[in-house]
Amino acid sequence: MTRKQWIEIWVGMFVLMGIIALAVVAFKVSNFQGLQERSSYQVHALFDNIGGLKERAPVKLSGVVIGRVNEIKVDPDTYFAKVSMSIYDDFDQLPIDTSASILTSGLLGDQYIGLNVGADDLFLKEGDRIELVQSAIVLEDLIGQFLTKFADSGE
Amino acid sequence: MKQPVLNALGHIGRQTLGILAQWGRAGLFLLHLLPALPYSVYRLELLIKQVYFTGVLSLPIILTAGLFVGMVLSLQGYNVLVDFNSEEAVGTMTALSLLRELGPVVAALLFAGRAGSAMTAEIGLMKSTEQLSALEMMAVDPRKFVFAPRFSATLIVMPLLSLMFIAMGILGGYMVAVGWLGVDEGAFWSQMHASVDWREDAVNGIIKSVAFGVLIAVIALFQGEDAVPTSEGVSGATTRTVVQSSLGILALDFVLTAVMF
Amino acid sequence: MSALIEIRDLTFSRAGRKIFDGLSLDVPAGKITAIMGPSGTGKTTLLKLIAGQLSPDSGTIKVNGELVHRMSRRKLYDLRSQMGMLFQSGALLTDLNVFDNVAFPLREHTDLPEVLIRPLVLMKLQAVGLRGARNLKASELSGGMARRVALARAIAMDPSMIFYDEPFVGQDPITMGVLISLIKKLNDSLKLSSVVVSHDVAEVLSIADFACVIANGQVVAEGDSESLYQSESPQVQQFLKGLPDGPVPYHYPVAAFGDDLKTEAS
Repeated sequence: MTRKQWIEIWVGMFVLMGIIALAVVAFKVSNFQGLQERSSYQVHALFDNIGGLKERAPVKLSGVVIGRVNEIKVDPDTYFAKVSMSIYDDFDQLPIDTSASILTSGLLGDQYIGLNVGADDLFLKEGDRIELVQSAIVLEDLIGQFLTKFADSGE
Repeated sequence: MKQPVLNALGHIGRQTLGILAQWGRAGLFLLHLLPALPYSVYRLELLIKQVYFTGVLSLPIILTAGLFVGMVLSLQGYNVLVDFNSEEAVGTMTALSLLRELGPVVAALLFAGRAGSAMTAEIGLMKSTEQLSALEMMAVDPRKFVFAPRFSATLIVMPLLSLMFIAMGILGGYMVAVGWLGVDEGAFWSQMHASVDWREDAVNGIIKSVAFGVLIAVIALFQGEDAVPTSEGVSGATTRTVVQSSLGILALDFVLTAVMF
Repeated sequence: MSALIEIRDLTFSRAGRKIFDGLSLDVPAGKITAIMGPSGTGKTTLLKLIAGQLSPDSGTIKVNGELVHRMSRRKLYDLRSQMGMLFQSGALLTDLNVFDNVAFPLREHTDLPEVLIRPLVLMKLQAVGLRGARNLKASELSGGMARRVALARAIAMDPSMIFYDEPFVGQDPITMGVLISLIKKLNDSLKLSSVVVSHDVAEVLSIADFACVIANGQVVAEGDSESLYQSESPQVQQFLKGLPDGPVPYHYPVAAFGDDLKTEAS
């Protein structure tokens, strides 16, 4: 084999390695979904405080990502935060009394929505509202409560 | 009394003018090079050769460095995160640092030292041995034959090397965190997968590495072409390529980070 | 005498130093023309001006009756395909071997298939006596061999004129003899016009049909070799005979020696 052919083979391998690295970064490391979104259904929940939750934050069930937050706005009737999320169709058997809480990964990590399954026979479907919610824990409130208690007990 | 002050001022002025003149020449050089760039597609064999020289030959240093950088990131991250009981986040931290900053920046710095300097030296040598003049005399445009393939190759190679650096770094981080420190494997990957955003983190990192590629290519090629055609001139130009691209990469990284994140 | 190259009132300066100051010169077609002069008189620069790699500050250079420095890039490249240039160092492309170097202009400028390029290249290599060295790398050649390969490359496109930039510098007597006879032979057999820039007086005058001496940015003498040797000009006499002192002084410009010693002492 000539030197020129070896160069071509090496360059081919190089480009292939680059593409593999791109694939690893896209699918294994980050949440690349390709051009089409996974088919999903919409549910929403009302929270009185969402803390630092952002759009595109994951929705997790027992630590597994089963959907994403796609919109956060203030509900005009209740003045609560209305969080809409898409749940992937693979997880279409969530009981209707499932509860949603805003949790933090680790002490300093990003916030996400954690779901706890209920026991009802009916399942959540497109457009439903998750009734049972637990808002984000705001660190300042916690410290405030702690200080108040501390002051009370000091009297 | 006044003379030393005036001399110093004059020195500063001369240096500034010299730098500005060089930037102007580099700008003109790029402007003249741009129309020749599409030509590198027609001469695929020249492009392939340059991808080999700049990319394939940089592989060992990039892959090794990526592995070690990932291992160090993971180790350091673990030591901090374990105090907060969130050592599973070490994967996320490693991946984010690599994608957003260290991958593009360190890969570009290594590339500037390995391939950028070689490019400057090669072109400086071609200039001092009159090969560039000879091409001109044979009615072959050196911009098309010498500069365009190297420029295009750098643009192709830089993001690929940067991606490989990142992939190796994550592998290194995985080995240290999961294999050595006992972080749960599932948590390592799922946390990473959940927190790293394709568009926000990965694509921005790739855009950065392409920008660094342009910077290195312009500096390396221009310094080679602008070199005084003697051995001192060429070695000086090689040094300038490494110094200027390294500083340029770090400064550009700051600007891009400020714009992107 | 039909002039192939006409230079009129050429002035050119670089880095604030005037290299040519009103130089006029005619290069005849079909002959070997020698351009001689002491080092640093800009002989190489003159070749670059003729080939359009540099532009004059004022004055005109015509090749085949056309102004070189007014040409578009395309036209200039057309003109250059009729020119061959032999550079001082040979200027072979270092990443190619001997055969590919000679084949390079053919491959770049023609669509000839490899079956036709091979005999053409071997013919040119045969002419310079290096057909056997075709597989050597450019870096493996001695200085003289590199120049002969470069010569084969310069004639690969069958140019009508060929420029030699200091072809004899740093060569041993045998190589020099080979190069001299090659220049003569090629000029006669290929009906070329050759311009040889050199300061090796005896060698170049032995083959030149016409010669000129450049000093102080001007042509100080021209004619055939006989008339040059009989020139009265002290500059020409100093240059041809290699006298250490004369119009070109032995000393770099400096104050009188005695004054210098006194100043230094005080």
